[in-house]
Amino acid sequence: MPALVIVAHGSHLNASSSTPTFDHADTIRATGAFDEVREAFWKEEPSFREVLRTIESDEVYVVPLFISEGYFTEEVIPRELRLDGWDPDAWESDGTSATHTTLEATDVGKTVHYCGPVGTHDAMSDVIVQRAESVTGNSDVGEGFGLAVVGHGTERNENSAKAVEYHADRIRDRDRFDEVEALFMDEDPEVDDVTDFFQSDDIIVVPLFIADGYHTREDIPEDMGLTDDYRTGWETPAIVDGHRIWYSGAVGTEPLMADVVLERAKDAGADVDDAVATVREETTGAAAGD
Amino acid sequence: MNDAQVEALADAAADGVEFDGFAASREGEGYVLATAEGSKTLVHGDDLVETAADYADYVTNWHFWHAEAPQADDRWAFLRWLERAEEHPVPDRYAELDDGVVRTWGQLQVSVTVDADGNRSYDLRHADDADRPAAALTHYDDPLDARTIAKHDDRGRYRPLKTAPSLQDGWRFADLGPADLVRTVDFFYPATVANWHREREGDLDVSHWRETMARQTGIYGVVQTWDRGEGHEHVDWVAEACCDDSQCLKRREWEYDDETDLSVDGGAGAFPCREPCSLVVSAARRWTKLEGEESRTYEFELTPSEKEQVEAIVDAVADGRTAEIREADIRDGANRYRARFLRAKRFDDAGNLSGVPTDPDEAGDGDADDAGVEDEDGTDAEDDEEHDD
Repeated sequence: MPALVIVAHGSHLNASSSTPTFDHADTIRATGAFDEVREAFWKEEPSFREVLRTIESDEVYVVPLFISEGYFTEEVIPRELRLDGWDPDAWESDGTSATHTTLEATDVGKTVHYCGPVGTHDAMSDVIVQRAESVTGNSDVGEGFGLAVVGHGTERNENSAKAVEYHADRIRDRDRFDEVEALFMDEDPEVDDVTDFFQSDDIIVVPLFIADGYHTREDIPEDMGLTDDYRTGWETPAIVDGHRIWYSGAVGTEPLMADVVLERAKDAGADVDDAVATVREETTGAAAGD
Repeated sequence: MNDAQVEALADAAADGVEFDGFAASREGEGYVLATAEGSKTLVHGDDLVETAADYADYVTNWHFWHAEAPQADDRWAFLRWLERAEEHPVPDRYAELDDGVVRTWGQLQVSVTVDADGNRSYDLRHADDADRPAAALTHYDDPLDARTIAKHDDRGRYRPLKTAPSLQDGWRFADLGPADLVRTVDFFYPATVANWHREREGDLDVSHWRETMARQTGIYGVVQTWDRGEGHEHVDWVAEACCDDSQCLKRREWEYDDETDLSVDGGAGAFPCREPCSLVVSAARRWTKLEGEESRTYEFELTPSEKEQVEAIVDAVADGRTAEIREADIRDGANRYRARFLRAKRFDDAGNLSGVPTDPDEAGDGDADDAGVEDEDGTDAEDDEEHDD
């Protein structure tokens, strides 16, 4: 039976950076869809360099727990995993459409199905909506609410903004929320001015980030005016300029993210239909019951 | 020993069994069972169960290693190493396993025991807890819990380096099976079993400093500029700072390059380190920037004791000893009151030692405290961590 390896950034400084990765891996482990499920990190251990040698299976699905295509998915991960013959063109992606490619990892001689990042998968739109439900405690949330999907912007990676806009467009097309906007930290439209972009009294703000950390816990809450000092915390919802801001924290911590990891492996050929059904039921049911 | 094990042996004997000083083969209507100690019995098929009982330890041992233990080469070899299987013949080994064979792996201690059917049971705990009663330890049985234990040290500080000698104690995994034991060890010390095995097989793929730095891109690409063809003293300092046994339990096998060893000892760890890790690369990036500065001559007013006190403070920080220094131990130069006294006496309002500005050109503006160490991209710690997109 093939193995699943979830590759994520991790942190030298922040103990909770790896938590979502562990949580989603555990959710998938519990389904039994793979004999082996292992987490690997750029900044923690096992490293990308050594994770494949800890795996017994000769066939491995590698799913990057990253938001967008770019430096990590196209350069760092394939290089560190030693994927023979890797070329970003193998994904034939327009910046958000990478699915998978199959290569050999040269140091271990294993077949690796290298998948696109979770952040650009269509199922990610569902996770953003689920996140909106979680933070409002309302499984029917939509009417009367605006939704802001927040990303870094293009300063470091143009595909980062593409992923945010892609999901904002998809969710807008569903006509579930009164308004849907893509906002950014380092370019216009900026999240600092969030209330300028919405008519709705209630605005749900979902950062398209994998883990909570400096940006989602400190920068964005202060920039939006939820609080003057992140250390003192903020209310949910918080009142800013007469709007109620429902700030969800990183979308990557939403339990339904495990589904996106599975969807990536499924698109690459993994036999995980039952696991997908189980995870969807468990992770959406749990949130609806909050 | 149970009947199913004898049945499995009978099946395998058709092709011949030879393992750990025990042999079983088919002969006519019966079987030949033999040991390296010289015992040999020809037995009719109907009497195999009865006769096999005389060889019970050999039979259960064979069964365990072929039907119960993980068959992947590295896991199998590690489990064999744990009970010293290659060193002790089965009768001696079983006698030792009755009491428990104990091995250490970094700060882990594994104790192996065997039951009447040859099933191994593994007790895993911190080596410092070797003599503590089980009741005094927190019990775990899920290998995944090792990730949580390994995350913080005894003082609750985050451990970014899993093989740092700061594993918290006070816990115990009791009665793990062989597969779970290896998984648990791998969660505490990822990839150490795989790399240890590769090394034993003469197959460890070491990536030395030069090639590892040459591979770096993005914000770490700058590290390549630290090698200026002027020797490897700077890498010796990195290894002494980061890779010493007091900092990491892996045994450093990487050197400056394929032909040039570092001048620093690689350590005595049980498992090898095959390339500079992400912490070393990240620290090297910082040092590449800092070491780009030229030395300057400063003149400070210090008493002889104050000079020694500065040295004592650096030593205490470098050796991670500050938390141990007693509050009222005023004799220790790194004592907090001593350090505060030194600061009160010798620092000016801008935090300059003996009032000497870091940059002589900025003397008197009172704002020179971090000139010279600020990066072009600011001092925010987050800049050492790339963004996750």
